[in-house]
Amino acid sequence: MATSSTVKSARKSLVWLFVIIAGFTGLIGFGSLADENASFTPKLALDLQGGTQVILAPLLLDGQAVTTEQLDQAVAIIRQRVDASGVSESQVTTQGDTNIIVSIPGVPDENTLALIKASAKLEFRAVLVTSQGLPLSSVDGADAADGTEATDPAPAETPAPEQAAPVDASDLNWITPEIQKEFDELDCSTAFREPGQIDDPKIPLVTCDVSGTAKFILGPVEVDGANIADASNGTVQSSTGASTNTWAVNLEFDPVGSTAFATVTQRLFPLDQPRNQFAITLDGFVITAPTTQAVISNGSAQITGSFDRDSSKVLADQLKYGSLPIGFEVQSQENISATLGQDQLTGGLIAGLIGLILVVIYSAFQYRGLAIVTIGSLLVAAILVYLLIAFLSWRQGYRLSLAGVAGLIVSIGITVDSFIIYFERVRDEIREGRNLEQAVENGWKRSIRTILASDAVSFTAAAVLFFLTVGNVRGFAFTLGLTTLVDLIVVLLFTHPLLRLLARTKFFSSGHPWSGFDSKALKASGYIGRGQFRVAPSLSAGKAGKVSKEAATRQTIAERKAQQAIQEADKSGGK
Amino acid sequence: MSKLRELGNDLYSGRVSLDIVGRRKIWYSVAIVMVIISVLAPIARGGFNFGIEFRGGSEFRIDGVGATSQQIARDAVTSVEPESQPIVTSIGVDSVRIQTEQLDDVTTEEIRIALASAYGVESGAVASSFIGANWGADVTSKAINGLIVFLILVSVLMALYFRTFKMSVAALAALAHDVVITAGIYALSGFEVTPAAVIGLLTILGYSLYDTVVVFDKVRENTLGVEFSESTTFASQVNLAVNQTLVRSVNTSVVAVLPVAAILFIGASLLGVGTLIDIALALFIGMLVGTYSSIFIASPVYVHLREKEARFVAKP
Repeated sequence: MATSSTVKSARKSLVWLFVIIAGFTGLIGFGSLADENASFTPKLALDLQGGTQVILAPLLLDGQAVTTEQLDQAVAIIRQRVDASGVSESQVTTQGDTNIIVSIPGVPDENTLALIKASAKLEFRAVLVTSQGLPLSSVDGADAADGTEATDPAPAETPAPEQAAPVDASDLNWITPEIQKEFDELDCSTAFREPGQIDDPKIPLVTCDVSGTAKFILGPVEVDGANIADASNGTVQSSTGASTNTWAVNLEFDPVGSTAFATVTQRLFPLDQPRNQFAITLDGFVITAPTTQAVISNGSAQITGSFDRDSSKVLADQLKYGSLPIGFEVQSQENISATLGQDQLTGGLIAGLIGLILVVIYSAFQYRGLAIVTIGSLLVAAILVYLLIAFLSWRQGYRLSLAGVAGLIVSIGITVDSFIIYFERVRDEIREGRNLEQAVENGWKRSIRTILASDAVSFTAAAVLFFLTVGNVRGFAFTLGLTTLVDLIVVLLFTHPLLRLLARTKFFSSGHPWSGFDSKALKASGYIGRGQFRVAPSLSAGKAGKVSKEAATRQTIAERKAQQAIQEADKSGGK
Repeated sequence: MSKLRELGNDLYSGRVSLDIVGRRKIWYSVAIVMVIISVLAPIARGGFNFGIEFRGGSEFRIDGVGATSQQIARDAVTSVEPESQPIVTSIGVDSVRIQTEQLDDVTTEEIRIALASAYGVESGAVASSFIGANWGADVTSKAINGLIVFLILVSVLMALYFRTFKMSVAALAALAHDVVITAGIYALSGFEVTPAAVIGLLTILGYSLYDTVVVFDKVRENTLGVEFSESTTFASQVNLAVNQTLVRSVNTSVVAVLPVAAILFIGASLLGVGTLIDIALALFIGMLVGTYSSIFIASPVYVHLREKEARFVAKP
């Protein structure tokens, strides 16, 4: 009969569950050998681990909006800065569509904080002198630049004892002895710039390029990065319009930028190397210093060089977003001491444990032997959730926060609820006079509908909260959604198969008083023993009329037929 | 406890039947009174007690202090910032929380050190935070956006599943009831409204609907084909469904409330104010109200909406 197939499918489900658990365990286990990020211990968020969290909000004018691209670029810039300051394990992420969260373990120093808050600044300056990024070894600083790219003997004019006032931004008279000395001593491999240092745009700047291979003396700022209207990368088009294999970065200036840039190129074009170069600086570092090859008066420039697709994209992005028209303000800054986080985590875990024990006691009280199923299911759910969190913490960088822990604790109740729905339906079926095996099958068919519908509501709530909200709310929504999914998996692959198998054991199927399916107690309400058709319950006169009507119609025709069929099967089965 | 099971049997068979649907005027009146109180309470008390996340300001927390005397903290803060009027709260047995107006970085650091030496702890044990005034408002406005989307989605989902939009309407009525009353309790009691409490409130929405869906699924089952029945009415079938799921509703609520109560207990005794306890408090209130409403509000409203339909009335 159907019995052996029931057992088979129940066992199959349990095997699947085992495969899922073993799969994740194995994956994380092997992962932890190869990748240091993988571990069976989930990573903790700042509120549990201790550290500093700074939330930055853009300073926007009315009606202004931040695009995702701008925000991503800002995140990249800030991440670069934080990493450069030597803080390890920091996290820079976006929050919602406008905010940026910087999480730093431990207590950061003032410099790091200043660094985070400083807004990115993209500037165009004329190159005066350039050389390799090393300090001059000779003490005799007169012949300064042993220019690698530079062929111009610029330094020769440099230390003029009586300097004339510079006439334009490319005038070498900008180079005072102090600036020359600063340039000579500059070693690009050291942290020579203060974090968040702001340079005066009206005076020359001594700095290095981002890779630290070359150093520069640059003239005053001539074009501000905010005047770049657009920047993109693409291949250079030949005169016939066919695209070549050379990658280039295309720049578009706004009207102010166009005028300024035209002036610059007009002046630079006739000059010699390196003074025909202009440097583009981001936060004071030179990101590129192209040579002027023409006077550009229409505001569209093209930078060519040894670009490939990726490097041209990077530069285009830097130019486009490097100088955001928006600054950031600190919306909240929170230092969480590690002990406080630890206390909260411990407290949360104790609360969870107490909650779990209370739930187990209550369910033992209510469902007797069935509590084993509840406890087993909760245990399986706990293992699955733990593995999933460890897995996501490894692959997706998920971090468990306090709100997440709260979500987990709350989900205990919601998980157990699906077992309650199931058990109550099975009991209802027993009340209808079915034997346990039949009751389990029928009760399952009805309850899985309810469980699916109600879990769908829960999951929708979690998903919407996750995608549309920020911060703590997200952490909470995430665990809530995760546990809802796990709840479904556990009910499908563990609780139901287990109950099917248990229903075949003598203890449960005989309706033992401690089984939770005490058939005598459940059928006491007017249903006589197994397999017998229900008779109308005897009632007090007052309620009798109304209730018997309900009782008679409560079963649909199909249900009645099904029940008759069961009775017949039972009789012929002769158990 | 076997009494509860007997009660379950009796409720299921209809031997014992609580006339929930029939007495709906009583539940409506109770609900209306509660809602009116909840709406008036914040007005009467001058609004909610918003947390620092909504007001903006600087906050310090000191852990592991020997003496939780609040005067020490006040003196330490005013030694750095004489104008300041700090709000000092003792938390648990060995923690102190100090909230001040917004301070700049340097002052914050100075106060941190002053507090650490005043309480004789390492400066690492003093946590400081600075919260801009629009941080909480920002979180909340996002949450409200999320809420609207959620309500629309779930209404459609329920209407599709139950094949009637009236169930969605009834469920939303119960939901509105829960949220308003929970908010009202917050206003009345003066509990602090923090972003964590807002999270709790949002969860209630999910939970309240979840609970209602379970009851409504039984209602759906019981009322299938009721228009062809000559011996029963729509209202009595709904009432039977509510009664049949009553034991489940009670069990579910107890099971859901137990862990939340555990958080509240641990929170109050060990942790003091914080994210956990804020969420738990909102949940605790909301779950109790939510269970009540899915039994006493959602189903009666559903009957109210449907029993006047021609096919249910056109019976002897």
